[in-house]
Order: sequence, then C-alpha cells, then structure tokens
Amino acid sequence: MPSISDLFISLEYGPAPESAGIADAWLDAHGRRFGHFVGGAFVATEDAETFDVHRPSTAEVIARVEQGDQDVVDRAVQAARRALPKWEKLGPGRRAEYLYALARGIQRRARLFATLESLDNGKPIRESRDLDVPLVARHFYHHAGWAQLRDQTHPGRAGVGVVGQVIPWNFPLLMLSWKVAPALAAGCTIVMKPAEYTPLTALLFAELCREVGLPDGVFNLVNGDGRTGAALVAHQDVDKIAFTGSTEVGRELRRVTAGTGKRLSLELGGKSPFVVFEDADLDAVVEGVVDAIWFNQGQVCCAGSRILVQEGVEERLLEKLRARMETLRVGDPLDKAVDMGAIVDRVQLERIARMVADGAREGATVWTPSSTLPERGWFHPPTVCTDVDPGSALWREEIFGPVVVMQSFRTPDEAVDLANDTRYGLAASIWTENLNVALDIAPRVKAGTVWVNCTNLFDAASGFGGYRESGFGREGGDEGFEEYLAHPTHGRDQKVGPEADAAPAEADPGHAGAGAAGSGEAIDRTVKLYVGGRQSRPDAEYLLRVLDESGMPIGEVPRGTRKDVRNAVEAARKAADGWARRTAHNRAQILYYLAENLAQRQDEIATRLARWRGSGRRAKAEVEAARRTLFTYAAWCDKWDGRVHATPFRNVTLAMRESIGVMGLFAPREAPVLGLAATLGPLLALGNTVVAVPSTANPLPAADWIQLFETSDIPPGVVNVVTGRREDLVPTLADHDDVDGLWCFGTRSEGEEIERRSTGNLKRTWCALGEGRDWTKADREAEHFLREATQIKNIWVPYGA
Amino acid sequence: MVPGSTATAAAPGSAHASEAPPRNPGIDLDLDRVLELRVNRSAAERRTASLAGRRSVKKTWQAAWLLRAITLMDLTTLSGDDTPGRVRRLCGKAKAPVRPEVLDALGWDVAPPTVAAVCVYHRYVDTAVRALEGSGIPVAAVSTGFPHGLSPFAQRVAEIRASVGAGAREIDIVVTRAHVLTGNWSALHDEVRAFREACGDAHLKAILATGELGTLTNVQRASMVAMMAGADFIKTSTGKESVNATLPVGLTMARAIREYFQDTGHVVGFKPAGGIRTAKESLQWMILMKEELGNPWVTSHRFRFGASSLLADIERQLEHAATGRYSAHHRHPLA
Repeated sequence: MPSISDLFISLEYGPAPESAGIADAWLDAHGRRFGHFVGGAFVATEDAETFDVHRPSTAEVIARVEQGDQDVVDRAVQAARRALPKWEKLGPGRRAEYLYALARGIQRRARLFATLESLDNGKPIRESRDLDVPLVARHFYHHAGWAQLRDQTHPGRAGVGVVGQVIPWNFPLLMLSWKVAPALAAGCTIVMKPAEYTPLTALLFAELCREVGLPDGVFNLVNGDGRTGAALVAHQDVDKIAFTGSTEVGRELRRVTAGTGKRLSLELGGKSPFVVFEDADLDAVVEGVVDAIWFNQGQVCCAGSRILVQEGVEERLLEKLRARMETLRVGDPLDKAVDMGAIVDRVQLERIARMVADGAREGATVWTPSSTLPERGWFHPPTVCTDVDPGSALWREEIFGPVVVMQSFRTPDEAVDLANDTRYGLAASIWTENLNVALDIAPRVKAGTVWVNCTNLFDAASGFGGYRESGFGREGGDEGFEEYLAHPTHGRDQKVGPEADAAPAEADPGHAGAGAAGSGEAIDRTVKLYVGGRQSRPDAEYLLRVLDESGMPIGEVPRGTRKDVRNAVEAARKAADGWARRTAHNRAQILYYLAENLAQRQDEIATRLARWRGSGRRAKAEVEAARRTLFTYAAWCDKWDGRVHATPFRNVTLAMRESIGVMGLFAPREAPVLGLAATLGPLLALGNTVVAVPSTANPLPAADWIQLFETSDIPPGVVNVVTGRREDLVPTLADHDDVDGLWCFGTRSEGEEIERRSTGNLKRTWCALGEGRDWTKADREAEHFLREATQIKNIWVPYGA
Repeated sequence: MVPGSTATAAAPGSAHASEAPPRNPGIDLDLDRVLELRVNRSAAERRTASLAGRRSVKKTWQAAWLLRAITLMDLTTLSGDDTPGRVRRLCGKAKAPVRPEVLDALGWDVAPPTVAAVCVYHRYVDTAVRALEGSGIPVAAVSTGFPHGLSPFAQRVAEIRASVGAGAREIDIVVTRAHVLTGNWSALHDEVRAFREACGDAHLKAILATGELGTLTNVQRASMVAMMAGADFIKTSTGKESVNATLPVGLTMARAIREYFQDTGHVVGFKPAGGIRTAKESLQWMILMKEELGNPWVTSHRFRFGASSLLADIERQLEHAATGRYSAHHRHPLA
C-alpha cells in the first residue's frame, strides 16, 4: 500500500470495488446449480446434463445450469399455451399492473441484478448499474403503458399467442426485457431461452416473476445451448419466434420456420458505419468512438465498428483516438472505475484475436494502448485498425469485440456509398455540426437506427432493429409492440383463396414462336414483358397459353426466364432511389392518374375479364374495386408518415417510414385485375419499385395494366411485369440478392419456398401461405399492407445551442 | 501525443516545489484556427455526465487527492464587506489549511500543505502580501474592472499596474464579454495582450465569464483567443455571474488548452471558479483534468480552484478519513 504522500504525487485512482457478495450469496442460496422455470415453478432434474457458467474476469466456474431437452421445451410450451387464455382474459389493466410490478421489482433489486450481470457477463459494473438495469426497468414501465392502452391504440388486436424468445449473451437482462415486456403487454405468453454463457439474470428474473405473482405459465424459462433453442423454434405450438443473435443463426431460423406461418422477428449482426465529417467536433467524436466500440467490450450488435472519416481530418482523429486509448482502463468489471471489462468467453476472445491477427497479416496497422491487461480472465485491449483492405474480413465481417477499423472518404456521397457497402444495416452514426449534412445523409444510410452526433442510445419508446441482413422486426416503441399483436383479419377468406398446393398453376405451355399461337382459336391478345418502362420480348421465346374457366384458350403470355427476372430487377434497382426520393405528394398524383386512366377503360377491361370470369357482374365489381383501391393508396401516400418518439433525452427521435427497396410481387391469382392493384398500390405508394408477377391463373389483364403504367407517368423501372410459371420465377426472385423484399399471395408451398430461399440476403417476406382474401375488402386492411411495405428507421438527433 | 506527458507532478507539501513550465508567450491571432472550433453541447454534457460514473477515488486515495486539491486552491475572498482583519484571517488559513493532528492521523509525513494562492481585491493586496510574508504563497488580485470589466480601458490597465506594484504576483483579469458575443476576436486578442503586457512578470489569468457567453463554442473560441494573446491561465468565472463553473464548460476549456498546446507547445493553466463548494465536486474537476489533459494539469502551475467555502468541506472529509467519524464545520478554524 503506497503512502498518502506517494498517492498525493501519483494521483492514482486506486481500487473502487463493488462487492460481489450480494451475487455470491444469491448463487450460494441456490447451491450454484439451476434448472428451468416452467409453469410457475423452478424445475430441476438430478441427473440432467449440465453446462458450466463462467466468470469471464477470472475464468472461474460460478454455477452449473441444466441443458434443456425436448421434454422440457415441450412442457414449457404446454405451460405457456395453457396460460394463454387466462392471461388474455385478465384484460389490459391487470396485465399492466404486472408489468408495473416487474418494473418496480427490478428497481428494488437493481444492485443484485447489476452485480450478477457483471459477474456473469464480464461487463463493467458501471454499465450494468447505470445503463443495462435502468433501461430494463424503463422497458417494463413503458410497456406497462402499452398493456394498459392496447385495446384503444390497437382495437381488435389480441396478442399473437405463445412466443418463443431466444436471446444473446451480450446484454442478457436487457435483451430479456426487450422481448418479455412487449410480449406480456400484448397478451402473449412466453418461453424464453437465454444464452448458455449468461443464464443467471434470467433465472433471477424468473424469481421476480414468482415474487410479483405473475400467473403460472405466462413466463417460462428453458436453459441450454443451441440445441434447446432449436427445439423451441421448431416446436409446432409456438406462434412467434423472436430472436436476437448472429446472422447465421437468424438465417437458420428463417429456414426452419419457413411455411409454418410462425411470425418471426430477427435482430442480427452488424458492421455499423461511424461517419465523421470534417466539421464535426472531433473531441466529441472521440468520446463517440469510445461509446461506439469500447462499450460492453465492443460486444454490441450495433457497435460503430467502421469509422469512415473525411480525409482532411483523418490524421487528427487517429492521433486523438490513440491518445484517448491511453486513458481507457481495462480490468475487473466489478471495479467502478473501469471502462472495459472482460470478453464473455475464451472462444469469443480467441475469435477476436484471430481476426485482428489475420488483418495484420494482410497489412492492417493495429493500434493498441501501452497499458497491460489483467493476467487472469479473458481480456482484449481496445484496438484501432488502419490501412485495412476493404475486401478483408476485418473490414467486412462483424468482429464483436473492441476493435474498430478506419478508412477515409472525400465527399458526402462517397460517405454514403462506403457506409452502405455492407450486407448489414443495423445502425449508423453520423458526426457533423451541419444539420444539412446530417439530415441529408441519415435517410440515405441503410440502417434501422441512425444516431446523429451520438451513438448507442437506446430507449423503450424507440424501435430498434435492422435493415438488410441485420434482420427484420423492431423492438421498442409502437413499431416493436406491433410485432406481438395478431394481424387484423378483415377480408381474409379461405374460400376464395388459392386452392390446395397441388392446384395447377399454369395453363399448358405453348410452342415456341412469335405472335399468336397457331391453333386458330379465338386468341385475342399476346402480353409482352414490361421491363424498365418498355414492353419487351422474353429472353427465350416460349409462350404460355391462358385458358378461361371452361378450359378454352383466351390468350398467350411469355414464359419469363431467370434472365428476364434479372433484367427486371436491374431496372427496378436503377429506379429505386429516384422513386423513393420523390415526394409523397408526387407519388399520390401518379397513383391518382393511374386510377383515372383505369376508370376510363373500366368497361373494356371488365368485358375482357368477364370472358375469363364467366360473370360480367363479378368482373365489373372487380375492376371497380381495383379503381377504388388505387384511390385508397393514392390517398395514403402522404398520410403514412412517421412519428416523433418521446425518448427521455434532449433530442428528437424521428421514426421515419422508409420504403424497403426493390420488391418482388407474386400477385394473387384469384383476382387478376384487382389483385395487382391491391398489392402494387401500397408498394408504389410508399416508394418501392416492383417486379410483379401477375395472376398465374389469368395474366392477360397485365397487358391492360402495362398500357396503363405507360400512360400514367410512372417512371421507367418503377413497375416491371414478368409473366411465366411460378416454379421458374419463385426460385429466381427468392434467391436474388438484390431483391429486398418479396410478397407472395399464393400457395403454401410457394410461400414456404420463398421463405426458405429468402435467407441469402434475409429478404423481408410476406407470404399468404395458401390463405386467400376477398380482395374487394382488402382496402380495409390497408394499414397492414402499408406496414408491410415499409420499414422504420429511427433517427436520433440530440440538440443544444 | 498526450499533452505534457513528460512533466513532473508537484512534490508533497509545497504546491510550488515542482518546476514551473515556461510562460505562454502567446501568438498572433490565428482567426482561421479560432473559427474552426465547434463544440457539440450534447456530446460535451454526455462526456462530463458519464465521467462522474466512470471514475471514483476512495479511501486513502481520496484523502491524498483532497490534500492535492488544497494545494490547487486560490483561497478567495471577494466581498463588499471584506476588511483587513478578514483578509488576514484568510491568509492564516492559507498557510495552515489542515489541522496538524489530522495530517498526523492520515500518516502525512512531509511538510504540511498550503494553498496555491490567496485571491483578493486590489485594496487588500498589500494586507495579504504582508500576512503571507515568508510563506511563499503568492497573492492574486482580481482586476480590470472586476467583475464586469466595463470601466475605461486605461483605468483597467492602470489597475493591473497598481496591483502588481502592490506585490500581487498573479492578476485575474476579466474580458469584455461584448467582444466575444459580437465575434470581435481581434479586439479580444488586443485587450488580453495589453493586459498581459501590463502584468509584466505577474501571471495573468483571463476570466472569460463563461456564464455570460451563451454557447460552448463561444467559450472555446474565447479560450483560444485569450491563450493566443498570452494568458497564463484561462478561468471560467468571476463567481458573480448567475452561472459559474460547470463541468461541460470546464471540459470545453480543457480541450481548448490541449489544442493550443498541440498547436504551439505552450502550456496554459485552467482555473474553474464559482460554485465549487464540496470535496466531491473538487474531485470531479481533478478527474476531468487528469482524463482530458493528464496528471501535469493537476498541479498548481496548471490548475487552480477559485474557492472560498470549498476548503471547509475538504477539511471535514479529511478528518473523516483520519478518524472514521463524520466531522463538523466548527471543529476546523474558520477562514
């Protein structure tokens, strides 16, 4: 122990330990062995397989937890299913009371939660105490409000049912709260599977559930590794899966749940850009980098891990960053004056170290501070990498550690290009003192959250989630609550839906040849493809014959191929930015114009449709409904706007609704004219460009539509039409990595295939899975369609003169 | 580089034992450099708020830091009812700020600490100089029409000369806020430069009255201009504005000092003043300096507290550290 006069000179901080005693006592009280929480009771089996839980800062084993098997998962799902009706019947007010009780309970036991979390995860006590646990309580308070208001804000919407939730190890309790609070508020019951590295605070939370008297079976907890998670996800009595974790596992979940009709929300990885303009307050930027990549040891899915800095200030920023790294304190997470704790597990630490070493071998310059790391435990120094090859893994892949890579840009446009040069789209951070720059760049960056002059700010009132391969769905705010509510069902009708999977999708294939088929029958028209604003012949000149309901041929359509899809997607991509950037008013005008043009030709189109329909009255009603639907979506164009979330900081949190991008569309077969209007309408209204495959039963009205598109000021490439056989087109569109989303109003097997194959780039899919609609009523469901046609970006703009 | 990383810390006991850095000679006004400075207020506030949770100093370490705090103090009285008797009592306190038995109990085995300076109005410079004779503790005088700085220029310059003549070794000047608020940076530069010349060998501390400057960006630009004009210290407040030393302002000024040091190699000190009353606050300020500028900026050559009631709270905390019992104000000699 140095003398006081030595300390007077050295001005060392000295130790500031938070005692682990409270957490140790809790662990001891449970014999340091845990099972599961099912139906309101803790269950354990003597001879069950167990896994070790470590304290990352010392690598010691601090508890053993049971590996949940199929049987436990079954029992937990059963308990949740049994609890569901009673939980729903309790009503909003009573559910809200439970959420309040949980919020208060977390605050009461905040110290134990925080200490246990730091012990288990290795994160600094400062973070678990000041950030994680207060945010957890805030999440329950906020959602107590949603519980209370559910039937007023979302009339007619019940909870989606039994939800399976799988959460990661980086924010164990916080991620639990992000999933549990909205689910309970919506009226769902839960089976939760925490990460096997960090199961402890979830167990403590289960204890709290019992303490506040949450009805048995409403919250169930099953421990275990990926096998347990897989069993939960595959369980057929689960209505929704919510997952936070790696993009690879997210893809697997999409594949496994394909065609099951389970709702799915995925919050996955990221390689989020941190964009620094030359007019930024560089000292503020440096602290931003600290918060971006050295928060939670960089084990943050939305970590700002790619610094893009304007070339003129690159050198100065690097110099400042290197100086700042020297003052970061890495060490015992339970020391209150530590900035960075331990990496969660040896496996993770080795992965981080390997990625840095590989990067260095490929020529990257690696900067770390001169300080030394603790000898025991799993620690990694704060690290900045420069001279990183943009093709290298270090630059492109998620490191999930305290390692940031840095590259320069010249202009705002180039910053956007570099920011978006990634498969991910979770978050972005933009640093500039110029509002013009900030608000220009924020909407152009593909990311679910954009922080202006700040980073890693979270709140229950704001949605969090990804674009692109960072997943879909949101957590927090209205948009997150929505994920746990059943969809409204007006207009759904099994009777009018596509028939069984095996129903013939196409007319007989015709022969190769130009123009009309040679059968001599009354074929009145030939449709062409419509790509990039031009009618075009298909790549291979195969035709398909269209039959009426009595089996008579009434026309021919091209059988579009992979290459036609490729060309159409290219055209749609080219048009995407421009169409999304048009004003909503302008898009409305175009849709109104389209509706007017349809109105002018209404009778003629109905007459042709009647030939196929076999009923003039029904045909007329369908075309009339198509016109009305277009008017509806034209009306919505400038009304489906965002909101400003009430987050508890001095900032504006803008929840902007943005288009998804290039959308594939398999229009409903049962309504050849109306079906296209009812699905194209919302997509176009909100700025998407579309590659549409018209009704396969009767694609002929597409010819009329194409003429209408051509005469309604729709810019080239905004709508593209490809006819053909779904078995050709489904795989090509579902596999296509430049298609951002795909709607399919078709059979279950088509939907299953699309969902399963969409995993390459994790498209947003919306598949009817064999369920049809009475499309004449579909405009009552407009808000559902609009929601599916957009994604929400939250832009945080702190201010202060 | 980390600024001043090679400089040495203060030796125990005396605030003045360590080597003083060369004085800041100032530079010509570099307007481009001044105007490129921008401070993001939300980020500055976030940094200071998070720093309070990121660092803490406990037990013996805390006692050592508080003893250091005493050696950084400009013990100050700037009241309308000051009298020679009051000033002499203050000087007595400056020479022996901590009771010897408290120092003994803490295991302090070197010369007892003293404060960095005593700060008074011109009228009491002479009184203080006499009272502090032989102690090595310098007298600082507030000057140039303190606190508003609106008296005639010649008079303000004369005031400096008079105080220096009376034995003040440090002059705390106030700037014309209007120069900052109207962006008249060359006028500010000229003004501080003139004051600096009038100071001669006495050190100049430029009070920016940050509570009246409106924005942190103004604070940083004014800091930079004052340093370019040759200020030895930049100081937040007179203690008479409605908003005095705040941590975001301190952060902004500390960063300006760092920028200036990196640009020119010249060392400038920092003095927060007004509203710093508790031992805990003094630790926050020292932590801020240590984190942003490093240990050398937590010595009396580079850092001062302008304080009148702070000492009393530190004394109580030190006694608590020494005895384990909470202390009372009346157990410590009144300043």
